[in-house]
Amino acid sequence: MPRQPHDEGALDADGAILAFDDVSMRYGRAPETLKDLNFSLAPGSFHFLTGASGAGKSSLLKLIYLAAKPSKGLMHLFGQDVSAVPVKEQPMLRRRIGVVFQEFRLLDHMSAFDNVALPLRIAGRKPDSYRQDVAELLAWVGLRSRMHAMPATLAGGEKQRLAIARAVVNRPDILLADEPTGNVDHEMGLRILRLFVELNRLGTTVLIATHDQDLVARSGKPVLHLEDGRLTALGPVGGGL
Amino acid sequence: MTDFDPVRWKPAAFLPEADARDGSLIFVVATLCFLACLTALTVLATDRAARGWSDQLTGQATVIVRAKGAETPDSAAARAAEALSGLPGVGEVRALEKEKAEALIAPWLGDTADLDDLPVPRLVAVDLDPKAPATPQSLDKALKAQGLDAVVDDHSIWLKDIQRAAGFARWVGVAVFALIAAAAGAVVAFATRAGLTARHEVVEVLHLAGAENDFIARLFQMRFARMAALAGLFGAGGAAIMGAILRLMGGGQGLTPVLPIAWTDLLAVLPCPVAVGLVAAVAARLTAQSLIAKMT
Repeated sequence: MPRQPHDEGALDADGAILAFDDVSMRYGRAPETLKDLNFSLAPGSFHFLTGASGAGKSSLLKLIYLAAKPSKGLMHLFGQDVSAVPVKEQPMLRRRIGVVFQEFRLLDHMSAFDNVALPLRIAGRKPDSYRQDVAELLAWVGLRSRMHAMPATLAGGEKQRLAIARAVVNRPDILLADEPTGNVDHEMGLRILRLFVELNRLGTTVLIATHDQDLVARSGKPVLHLEDGRLTALGPVGGGL
Repeated sequence: MTDFDPVRWKPAAFLPEADARDGSLIFVVATLCFLACLTALTVLATDRAARGWSDQLTGQATVIVRAKGAETPDSAAARAAEALSGLPGVGEVRALEKEKAEALIAPWLGDTADLDDLPVPRLVAVDLDPKAPATPQSLDKALKAQGLDAVVDDHSIWLKDIQRAAGFARWVGVAVFALIAAAAGAVVAFATRAGLTARHEVVEVLHLAGAENDFIARLFQMRFARMAALAGLFGAGGAAIMGAILRLMGGGQGLTPVLPIAWTDLLAVLPCPVAVGLVAAVAARLTAQSLIAKMT
């Protein structure tokens, strides 16, 4: 449940999959990009993260997927204080987080099937244990006929659905998406949103950073709004998907 | 529908098999390895030549014989050769013919000079036992005992200069080799860093997918070590072929007596692929670790 800054008593991270406690972040010596963030996400929740360009949405996601460190405050992920997690153990935490980017970040030398199988291979799973799972997942995102295709031959919407498949193949506890509909048309944006909603119904905690107010309004999901690095508005908006 | 069969699927390599940038990296590394190996061969040949010059000078002495009274120069030279033969520390002794003695002074007097009227001394070449050479004093004593007017030249005047020049040539060669090898190592490291930095997006994806830092570093380490070793093989192979051609063209003495290349010298190129592979592996590992560190 999102919390207001300095909400006494709500800082208890018990039960929260993610909890920020007075977290700030800066790049090098630059001014703080994120300032005194206090919120937590319950397991299985679905939130949008909104804000103008430069408000700090991507930086907040970076903190969560462990690509950056807080310059101040405490961040708890899966009940662990992230600052106390040894570097060697961080990959294990990352495997519990799926990330989808606006620019897809697919590996161009690998087929669609290989891209989706990548996290499972990295986790040390044997191919025979996941072949069918990967095939089914690709079918689920509508890429049944494109399993062998190389990313360069895929359309923008196909690339994004492939990126989503890769992000969720490991059954992550949290799914983060940074402007996932930024490079696709409106219809494809809605289709992608439905995938996120379905994943959320299966128990995955979802946090989507977006500019797309229409998408947010259609979903009816709660919003974390960032303004100049501060969390300024919370709560559901609009109807429901 | 597709004919893709997941059951027959084989996992792709984590890193791209080939990249347009690999060609230039292999070319640069191969060229530097070629130059380093060629320098190593030159150093070995120079060292052999320098040792040859020293051995030649220390293993020989020259006796200058002047005829006295009615004795002919030929007779005086023959007597000197006979006096020295059989002495302890002396090997073969040869009295040089008149023509050879005159040929030695021709550069100063000219080919047309009538040398018959000049008292041209005769030369006796003495090969000394390399293990226990006879001293100039013992040679001189033996010549005096036969009443000969002779001077023994043990080349000591030249030997010091030749040895100094040979030593200098040897060290210059080693220094040039060290410089080229260091430059090759630096370029390999730099090119490896550049190649890996250009693939940072692969590092990022693997990192985000939960790959351990060591796993990523090892992937790049193996990849660049293999690529550099292959380039080293090309460079070393090219240098070995060049060395073999020089050896074949010049026979036993190589292309020139100044650079006498032996077949065994070609073995010197063998460590090159391994060494350059190790340099690339270390450079790739350090670069990958630094890239990963920037991501967290």
